[in-house]
Amino acid sequence: MSEASPAKAYALHLGVIALLFALSFVLPEYYHGLLARIMVLAVFAMGYNMLFGYVGLLSLGHAMFFGAGLYGAGLAIIQLGWGVPLAFLVGIACGAVLALVIGLLALRTTGVAFMIVTMMFAQVFSLLILYFATWTGGDQGQVVPQPARVLNLGATSLDLTDPTVRYMSALLLFSLVLLVTLAIVRSRYGRVLVAIRENEERTKMLGYDTFSNKLMAVVVSGTICAASGAAYALLFGYVGSSFASVQYSILPLLWVLLGGAATTLGPLIGTVFMYYVIDVSSGYTSAYLLIVGIALILLVLFFPKGILGTIRQRWLGWLP
Amino acid sequence: MTPLLATKGLSRHFGGLRAVDNVDFTLMPGEIRAVIGPNGAGKTTFVSMVSGRIQPSSGAIVFDGADITGMPAYVRVRQGIAYTFQITSIYANLSVYANVALPVQLTLRHGPSKSAIQAAVMTALERTGLADRAHMPAGQLSYGHQRLLEVAMGLALKPRLLILDEPTQGLADSEIDNFIVLVRDIARSATVLLIEHNMPVVMQLADRITVFNAGKILAEGTPEAIRENAAVQEAYLGTAP
Repeated sequence: MSEASPAKAYALHLGVIALLFALSFVLPEYYHGLLARIMVLAVFAMGYNMLFGYVGLLSLGHAMFFGAGLYGAGLAIIQLGWGVPLAFLVGIACGAVLALVIGLLALRTTGVAFMIVTMMFAQVFSLLILYFATWTGGDQGQVVPQPARVLNLGATSLDLTDPTVRYMSALLLFSLVLLVTLAIVRSRYGRVLVAIRENEERTKMLGYDTFSNKLMAVVVSGTICAASGAAYALLFGYVGSSFASVQYSILPLLWVLLGGAATTLGPLIGTVFMYYVIDVSSGYTSAYLLIVGIALILLVLFFPKGILGTIRQRWLGWLP
Repeated sequence: MTPLLATKGLSRHFGGLRAVDNVDFTLMPGEIRAVIGPNGAGKTTFVSMVSGRIQPSSGAIVFDGADITGMPAYVRVRQGIAYTFQITSIYANLSVYANVALPVQLTLRHGPSKSAIQAAVMTALERTGLADRAHMPAGQLSYGHQRLLEVAMGLALKPRLLILDEPTQGLADSEIDNFIVLVRDIARSATVLLIEHNMPVVMQLADRITVFNAGKILAEGTPEAIRENAAVQEAYLGTAP
C-alpha cells in the first residue's frame, strides 16, 4: 500500500488533471461552469479529507475555514480595495491563523467532543459574520464587483469572470492541491498521520509528538479549505454567510465519505457525484433532496468506504 | 559506573490504592533484569512511569544521569527508552513493513533515504523472523507473530533500554524458545527490563530479578538467590519451604 509504484500513482493523478483540462474544450457551457465550481469545492473536500481521512479527526466546523478564506479574500477587495493576488493570500492567511488557534483549543479534545467543539467554533464564526453586518453584508452577503476581479500581470490582464480563465484558474488550484496532497500522503509525515489515526497511544510510544503532528494537520487542512474559499470569492464573486453555515461543514464530510475517505482522488469523485445526482434528480422532481438522501443511504450501506475506497479495497490496492 | 536507570521514592497512588509505593530501583547498563510479582503488585504501573505513560504521584526517575520525571513519553522514546505493550498494540490495518517503518524513520530522521529505511526495517524484521511476512497486514498475523512484531517495533527504535511487558504471554512453547534466543541477542546492544510471569523464562534470561509485592520491592538478587528466598516463596510462589 505504501511502497508500491509511485510512478503509477503520479501518472494517474496527472492523467486526471489532463482529463479535466481536455474537458474544458468539449463541455457545453452549463457543465463547463459547473465543473469549475466543482473543482473549487473539491479543493475544500481535499482539505477536509486531509484531517478526516488521514488523521481520523472528524470536524463539524470546517465551514469556518472555507468562510475565513471566502471573507478574507472578499473583504480585502470590497472593503480595502486590494488586488486579486493579495486578496487571495489574505484569504489563505486568515484560514491558516484561524486553524492554528482552533487547533490549539480543539485538539485538547478527541472523538465526539472534538466534533462538538469544532461545530461550536464554527457557529461562533458564523454568528460573528452576521453580527458585523456593516462590514460583511450580514445574511445578504456581498457581491465582489466584476471590475475588481481582474488579475493584472504586467501588460496582460486576466478577467477572472471569463469562463475559460475561471475554469483554468480553478483547474490550476485543484491540480496544485491534488499534487501537494499526494506528496504529503506519500511522505513520512503522511505515514505518521495515518499511524495517529490507527493507534494514537502506540504512536506516542514510538517517539512521536502526536499533538503537534495533529496541530500541523489541522493547519494544513484549514489552509487548503481557506484557499478554496478564497478562490470561490474571486472566481464566483459572491461572499455570503450561507457558506459559513453548518451546511457547509457537513457537505465536505459527505463529499469525502461518498468519494472515499483517505483516498487522494475521492474528494473530487464525491463532489462530482453529489452534484451529478442533484443535477439529474432536480430535472425530474422538486423533491430532489429526497433522492440525494436515498442515494447517500444506499452508498453508506453498500459502499461504506466510499466509491474510491471500495475500488481500492477490491481491485486497486496501490491507489494512494 | 552510573546506573542506566534509577528511581528514588517513586510512588503512584490511585485513590487510596498505593499501586507503587516509595520504590528505589537501580538498573545497570547491559543487564537483563526481570521484574516479577503477583498480579496487582504494581509491575506494569512501575514500568509505565518509567516509560512516561503514567505520571508518578511523587518521586524521581533518573535515566543515564538525567532527571526525566517530567519528560513527555515521546521524548523519553527519543532518549532511548522503548516500551512494548502488554496488550498487543500494533497497527492492525497497516502492513508489517509499515508498522516497523514508523519507528525506523524516527531513528533515521537526519536525512534518511528510502533505501536506508528499507534496510533498517528488514534488519528488525529478520532479527524477529518476520521478514517473509513484511507485506501482510499486521492484523492477519498469528498472535505469536504479533507479539514478535511488538518487539520488532521496539528494536527498530534502537533503544538503550527496552522494556518488555509480559512478552511471552500467550506464546506456544516452541515460540518461547525462539523468544529467549531473541532477547539474549537484543541484550548485546541494549539493557532489557522484562516483566514476566513465566518462571522458566525468567530463570533462563535474567541476570538479576526484582520481586514486587503490594507496590513495594520485596526482594532483589540473582535468580538463584531469589529462588532460595523464603519471603519470595511465601508471597509469590505461595509454597512454604
